Amino acid sequence: MKRQVAIYGKGGIGKSTTTQNTVAALAEAGKKIMVVGCDPKADSTRLLLHGLCQKTVLDTLRDEGDDIELDAILKPGFGNTRCVESGGPEPGVGCAGRGIITSINLLESLGAYTDDLDYVFYDVLGDVVCGGFAMPIREGKAEEIYIVASGELMALYAANNIAKGIKKYADNGKVRLGGIICNSRKVDNELPLLKAFAEELGSQLIYFVPRDNLVQRAEINKKTVIDFDPASGQANEYRNLAKAIDANKMFVIPKPMTQERLEALMMQHGFLDAM
Amino acid sequence: MTGTDEPLEEMLAPYPDPVKKNRKKHLVVKNEAAECCPQIEANTRTIPGIISQRGCAYAGCKGVVVAPIKDMITITHGPVGCGYYSWGTRRNKARADETTPKDKIYSQLCFITDMQEPDIVFGGEKKLAKMIDEVVVAFHPRAINICATCPVGLIGDDINAVAKAAQERHNIQVIAYNCEGYKGVSQSAGHHIANNNLMEKVIGTGTERKPGKHVINILGEYNIGGDGWELERILQECGYTVNSILTGDASYENIKRLHLADLNLVQCHRSINYIAEMMETKYGIPWLKVNFIGIEATNVSLRQMAKCFNDPELENQTEIVIARETARVNAVLDQYRKICKSKTAFAFVGGSRSHHYQYLLRDLGMEVVVAGYEFAHRDDYEGRQVIPTIKSDADSKNIPELHLTPDPERYREAHEYLGLTREQYETLKKDVPLSYYEGMYPNMQPGELMIDDANHHEVEELVAKYKPDLIFSGVRDKYIAHKLGVASKQLHSYDYAGPYAGYGGAINFARDVANALSTPAWKMITPPWEKADEEGSETHA
Repeated sequence: MKRQVAIYGKGGIGKSTTTQNTVAALAEAGKKIMVVGCDPKADSTRLLLHGLCQKTVLDTLRDEGDDIELDAILKPGFGNTRCVESGGPEPGVGCAGRGIITSINLLESLGAYTDDLDYVFYDVLGDVVCGGFAMPIREGKAEEIYIVASGELMALYAANNIAKGIKKYADNGKVRLGGIICNSRKVDNELPLLKAFAEELGSQLIYFVPRDNLVQRAEINKKTVIDFDPASGQANEYRNLAKAIDANKMFVIPKPMTQERLEALMMQHGFLDAM
Repeated sequence: MTGTDEPLEEMLAPYPDPVKKNRKKHLVVKNEAAECCPQIEANTRTIPGIISQRGCAYAGCKGVVVAPIKDMITITHGPVGCGYYSWGTRRNKARADETTPKDKIYSQLCFITDMQEPDIVFGGEKKLAKMIDEVVVAFHPRAINICATCPVGLIGDDINAVAKAAQERHNIQVIAYNCEGYKGVSQSAGHHIANNNLMEKVIGTGTERKPGKHVINILGEYNIGGDGWELERILQECGYTVNSILTGDASYENIKRLHLADLNLVQCHRSINYIAEMMETKYGIPWLKVNFIGIEATNVSLRQMAKCFNDPELENQTEIVIARETARVNAVLDQYRKICKSKTAFAFVGGSRSHHYQYLLRDLGMEVVVAGYEFAHRDDYEGRQVIPTIKSDADSKNIPELHLTPDPERYREAHEYLGLTREQYETLKKDVPLSYYEGMYPNMQPGELMIDDANHHEVEELVAKYKPDLIFSGVRDKYIAHKLGVASKQLHSYDYAGPYAGYGGAINFARDVANALSTPAWKMITPPWEKADEEGSETHA
């Protein structure tokens, strides 16, 4: 049975980097994976494909009409991962949300969701701003969600908002929160804060990824850390994250908190101790 | 609703309490004891889930106001259905005239960008710009309208920027209307948006006044089935020059010089009153609410108009036309009156039509026992004196208001337009209700019902209770009425007939109404389920 996983989180938090490194580690361990980038910037598979060489689903649809071959939009990446970019309009025009709905529907009708897949990963832009960005967590799609966050208030605020979106769909369907991934920003007391935050949501901090400049160097080389420096400590961190996700059994309907509670939590774990 | 009224209580009974409370406010039974019209709730949101008779802002802007302008190309920016289902449905007729040759008439055509999924995702601006270019090359129109549909507002296509760029590229006026269907509570929002744009961008740009002693505009007349032409005929015979009709058979050329007239007549008070008011503010042109539906009503309007100009020759000629036409029409109507006498009707149209047609039906001996508007505001029911007391809400505040000031060069006092002294004008105002509309209420008879934004359930209940002989409504109710065994005529389009305005129109209307009343086809049909029932009961017997 393939597991469908969606990764959400505040813009710039490192969703795409975390997703691709996790996918690379899972692929290295022999899993068959499809990665669906749900961001108009179409940079969710750049590290797996060694560059932005993917023609997006929506561009293909626009240029070639409805008669599209799956090969035209599905590119093989690192470790035989299958990479798709849904794509979308240039900034400031059209409707990116509708674009994601269109492209996921198209992937389905083209038969991209084959039975031999172990995982499908959706890397979704920023917040759940509209119905389109919730497409990957609607009925029959991703059933487990991980939120990438850090110890910064805005990252946690966004994560809490995303939890609200998940709850809405979880109440009527099978989608569940699998945990919070901390992509460390080296904020004071980050680990206890994230643990407390995840527990307050009724979930878990599934992994704490430390900050390492190696990630930047790998990105400049258009590679995941697993691919760029497989022997490094950071590569092992991502392998551990992949293992944690692979072994995860804790899937919950999140309990999003009020803004006041969230701020109180910050004061308790984030600032007061440091002051 | 005022007091207790049992049939109405029964009609409201199935509603949940909040709905009942809401709908009650939209009902007023005429009560002679009441000094003035009790307050009726109008121009507020329809309760979701109720099958309303209303249209959308796009329908009001495109379908009603701007599409009939014959020499402008009106492009619907949106999916194909919005354009197709608003194409020619109101039967606004147009013909070539001295300002507009045959090959410059586009109002019978349908122009639409046909937005599809990729246009929604990637934005539709480029497609719209391309369509404007194609339309200019193929048709060479004098000016172009662009009407927005719902998705355009949702995805944020900047149609104003597209219009501006196209205007510079092609050197013709291109006007963008942000009339997305979801705006406001009904088509009324679209009328207002169309009025604002025409006022701001077109009216006042022309320079040449039509020759004539008394030059007038007919605002809020859409030439459905040729209504406007019949009015033009009558008014010309009386001695007026019709500068422009807005917007039935209107040309862009004539709308540009709309301000070069002496008097604005307002036929539909709800859809074009904004332009009448704004022209009064900016240019000082007086306006008069008229009604040319009904013989007596037409006579009253013509006499009021003639008084405005204090011109004995005009008044004399008006009386000659009135005498001749009334005698001619009455002679023909007598045969129809025999059929129509004492029959009752419902009217659910407009803005103003549900009021206007009460006069014509009375000419035939009929009475409108239930009358409602789809998109009217309180002043259309209660009279303009209530305007200062109308509370604006979030929906009405969403529609921009133009705040105009008198034009420093062109503003003149109202009496100057009419060729009167100030004193004569003051006397005239006491006699003729300039800048005023009394609304529907004063004309209704005791016990008759006024209903705002009636819905499917209520119409069915009211038919059962009042048993009308004829229902005047739109296409959405027409076949409901037929199913209930009641004759029905559309008053948005006159089905396939018309004109119904003026004297000639009264004859057409009387003939069509008499035909409808004496063709009880629907009452002769026994539906299959009732047939089975009859047979069943026979077997049992």
